[in-house]
Amino acid sequence: MNVLAIVGRVFLTFLIQVGRLSIFTGRAVGHMVRPPFYPRLIGRQMVEIGYYSLPVVGLTTIFSGMVLALQSHTGFARFSAEGAVATVVVISITRELGPVLAGLMVAGRIGAAMAAEIGTMRVTEQIDALSTLSTNPFKYLVAPRLIAGVTMLPLLVLVGDVIGVFGGYLIGTTKLGFNPATYIARTAEFLEVIDVVSGLVKAAVFGFVIALMGCYHGYYSKGGAQGVGAATTNAVVSASILILILNYVITELFFAQ
Amino acid sequence: MTGPTAPKTTGETNAPPKIRLRGVRKRFGANVVLDGIDLDITAGESLVVIGGSGTGKSVLLKCVLGLLRPDEGSIEIDGEETVGLSGRARDRVNAHIGMLFQGAALFDSLPVWENVAFGLIQGRRGKREDARARAMACLDEVGLPDRVADLFPSEMSGGMQKRVGLARAIAAQPDIVFFDEPTTGLDPIMADVINDLIVATTKELGATALSITHDMASATKIGDRIAMLYKGKLIWVGAAKDVFDSGNAHVDQFVHGRADGPITQEAEAD
Ligand SMILES: Nc1ncnc2c1ncn2[C@@H]1O[C@H](COP(=O)(O)OP(=O)(O)OP(=O)(O)O)[C@@H](O)[C@H]1O
Ligand SMILES: [Mg+2]
Repeated sequence: MNVLAIVGRVFLTFLIQVGRLSIFTGRAVGHMVRPPFYPRLIGRQMVEIGYYSLPVVGLTTIFSGMVLALQSHTGFARFSAEGAVATVVVISITRELGPVLAGLMVAGRIGAAMAAEIGTMRVTEQIDALSTLSTNPFKYLVAPRLIAGVTMLPLLVLVGDVIGVFGGYLIGTTKLGFNPATYIARTAEFLEVIDVVSGLVKAAVFGFVIALMGCYHGYYSKGGAQGVGAATTNAVVSASILILILNYVITELFFAQ
Repeated sequence: MTGPTAPKTTGETNAPPKIRLRGVRKRFGANVVLDGIDLDITAGESLVVIGGSGTGKSVLLKCVLGLLRPDEGSIEIDGEETVGLSGRARDRVNAHIGMLFQGAALFDSLPVWENVAFGLIQGRRGKREDARARAMACLDEVGLPDRVADLFPSEMSGGMQKRVGLARAIAAQPDIVFFDEPTTGLDPIMADVINDLIVATTKELGATALSITHDMASATKIGDRIAMLYKGKLIWVGAAKDVFDSGNAHVDQFVHGRADGPITQEAEAD
């Protein structure tokens, strides 16, 4: 077969996907910011994303904080800078690990659930039924999920930050011999507002991306159970990749000189 | 063999038809599903579309509902062109239409009564208590007891789901109703109950009905007129009572359910 034809076809498919995603995003954002809103549905999604993700996010961040304290202690001991452990832990958690880990965890939990739910609604014609009942699927299904994603992920990350720092504190004070008061003072001493804020901005963007990927892949799923399965996988994979790429981009925007 | 006869569009009175299709074409890739559909449905009439599996009956309904956009042709509802409508304009048209989907398509995250009242609560932004009362009345109309109102669709049998779908279709008192295979997958008695319900509810609403079915008993019971879809065209349109002696070989074969006839031979020749 003609190689050029294959390359061309792949490229065209890619462009079609990008175009479709752009239109989808535009419509979704339009419905997200314009009334009417559905408070009940937004509330339900907020509980789903914010509250039920707490255990997963709490566990990942506390162990990350703990391991961070251990590792940085070993590293810094080599040039007698053990005192920096508290600072390293809090900056790493708030800037990077908190938002990225929470984002990836929530992508697995929520992105998959959204894609599966909306995908099932698509293949069982429930989305068609919505339209015939004069209800816009974007307004009813997509907008509440995006709103909940954008608002709840920063809150989740804020809680995760605290838990992660607490993990570092636990190891620092019990295993590494820090004085509790000193550790806390060190944590606060070099922490800047921008560290936390940049992390929260990342969280809001990740929340948007997770909900968007879940809704997008669910909305365009086809072909029964198999199609819904594929949509779920694609939602999680694409959200995770986008999170890692955007994490770099946002860091660059915030901190590049 | 003579070619397919031209569709006889009756209802040639002066009143404009409730639904008017002209030259509607729809294809998916190379698969031409609708190949020039012309059809008039007058107000208050019940038209049934019959045709083999996969001939595009559901696609036809979805085009009229605006869920699919025809590649060509015009679809007028109450004299208004609806092809290409979207957003609020489409919602306004659809507010007059009730639809029973082939697979019921109930919202499985909502209890039965909210399914039935959905159009009233979301579409018309009514009060929940009023909507619930209306939903209970509709459930009663389709012969479901009050206790099912708080069940979820997954807790009900297929026949019950169909009846809930029917209740949802008529809840907002539409003046056009679409039924996509209302009796498929039901036992003969339940099928007849549903047929009676459709006749009763449409007569009561005074609605214009467009139904799809494979089931000839159902077609003759609920239809004033019958149209047969075959290879993307309506090859026969006539009064329901004439369907068993239509003089069209394709229709004859279909309504008598014979394996041999023009339909199988041509399908194999493809
Ligand atoms: N969204 C779609 N994308 C691609 N092809 C489609 C789509 N919807 C329907 N088709 C094709 O259109 C044809 C007609 O489908 P349709 O669902 O209208 O059949 P039907 O007459 O309702 O059959 P049945 O009686 O089995 O329900 C089929 O060949 C189907 O493959
Ligand atoms: Mg069908």
